[in-house]
Amino acid sequence: MSRPASTGKLLAAQSAAEVRMTLRRGESVLLTLLIPVGLLVFFSLVDVLPEPPGTRRPADFLTPGVIALAVMSTAMVGLGIATGFERQYGVLKRLAATPLRRPVLLAAKTLAILAVEVVQVAVLVGVGLALGWSPGLCPAQALGAVVLATVGFAGLGLLMAGALRAEVTLAAANGLYLLLLLLGGMVFPLSKLPGGVRAVARALPSGALSDALHGALGTGLGVPGRAWVVLAAWAVAAPVAAAVTFRWE
Amino acid sequence: MPALGAAVEVDGLVVRYGDRVAVDGLSISAVAGEVLALLGPNGAGKTSTVEVLEGYRPRAGGQVRVLGLDPAADHARLAPRVGVMLQRGGVYPTMPAGEVLRLFARFYADPDDPAALLDRVGLAERAATPWRRLSGGEQQRLSLALALVGRPEVVFLDEPTAGVDPAGRIDIRGVVAGLRDAGACVLLTTHELDEAARLADRIAIVDHGRLVAEGTPASLVASGGQRVRFSAPPGIDVAALGATLGGAVRDAGSGDYVAEVAPTPAALAALTGWLAERDLPLADLRTTDRLEDVFLRLTGEAGP
Repeated sequence: MSRPASTGKLLAAQSAAEVRMTLRRGESVLLTLLIPVGLLVFFSLVDVLPEPPGTRRPADFLTPGVIALAVMSTAMVGLGIATGFERQYGVLKRLAATPLRRPVLLAAKTLAILAVEVVQVAVLVGVGLALGWSPGLCPAQALGAVVLATVGFAGLGLLMAGALRAEVTLAAANGLYLLLLLLGGMVFPLSKLPGGVRAVARALPSGALSDALHGALGTGLGVPGRAWVVLAAWAVAAPVAAAVTFRWE
Repeated sequence: MPALGAAVEVDGLVVRYGDRVAVDGLSISAVAGEVLALLGPNGAGKTSTVEVLEGYRPRAGGQVRVLGLDPAADHARLAPRVGVMLQRGGVYPTMPAGEVLRLFARFYADPDDPAALLDRVGLAERAATPWRRLSGGEQQRLSLALALVGRPEVVFLDEPTAGVDPAGRIDIRGVVAGLRDAGACVLLTTHELDEAARLADRIAIVDHGRLVAEGTPASLVASGGQRVRFSAPPGIDVAALGATLGGAVRDAGSGDYVAEVAPTPAALAALTGWLAERDLPLADLRTTDRLEDVFLRLTGEAGP
């Protein structure tokens, strides 16, 4: 009788395939690595953007913010676009006829995102240090914030991928990326935004993650409580909304 | 009635899309070591039937069993034992053919050898080519390989030869015959008569969601009753010829005629004599139905 591979082997096979596909797509390398590194290098060397008062070097503010941007790129934009096209091309439908069960597929996608994030963080930390970043030291808090934010962003990406046509997901994910970048406090501080917009921005996962990472890796003052609450709320709401609305075909 | 020990059993299946009835009380079954073709025109309900058996689609009525299990409720238990070839798509566009086959192989505890399988479907040379750069026929062959890599006991192939060139069709026929010889049960759909006759041990002709005939290609052909088909110039006097032969003669169009008489030597002599008297040429005289004739008569696609 034909038998399925063990769950561990299923997970290893599929997550390796997901990572390979991410690294093979030129546009995803551009999105996940080249753009964040480019922004970090450019705005560190060309000091045209405002920084919060008391910042010693631009890299001190930019490095945590760009790490937040990189997390959003991978977990929301990259995942959303790839999954949208997999749905459109019938890949998800076909996989459903194999022993690769949906929870294992989702776990594989999660592992692949975390693996790509490890690469992103390693590169950005290296570039940031080279640009004179003196990191604040709350790595455990930073890790917790990144994991929470990853879950929330992935939920948003899958929400789009599971409900919209792939081309619409592509446009929507890129549009949302730009909006959340501008409202995210990632390359310039939220304090520069008008009051009403700032309140909205702080309630978004992008603003909360950059607040968290600025606290954990920039100023070293730690993650503000409000950021934890916002990140946790998105980490619950977005995946639930995606699970409820997701159409596999 | 489903056969005892059938690998695939469908009994009174009903599938609806809103108000439209796609499958209307269909009953078929197939056993291990057998290739059954669901043959019917587009929209006959073939894919809907297969998608119920694959666990994709809910049924509005009837019973279905695959290897004795319910395809929807027991999906997780069935998935490792069933091979599926979708009508189109289903593969990562950027992934090379060899890589996707190796990935699918890793989903099973005891898979077929991906390299050997790729060779069997004639794609060994294309192992490094991404799915989206394969031709339509090559994509079909890779889909077939993906359906087989887990050594399934039951295989569902939805239009396996659609868009495949003649050489590819020969490869696919060889692979399907190999599956049958290895004891698998194969259920495939096609709207091509020749493919059904070449690939399948038994054919179930489906139209408007209903089974209209079932049997081996030979028995379907033999079921057609007795008549004589011939071609002659258009517009001959069918009434006069019918009187001579002692049975109705119908004009099937384009110079094709059907005489509802037993194909005895005497009837053929009378026919050829009648044409000879009028100096009319005779072409394509047949005393047996072809599968095409049976199909067209049963599905009402055209003609008699």
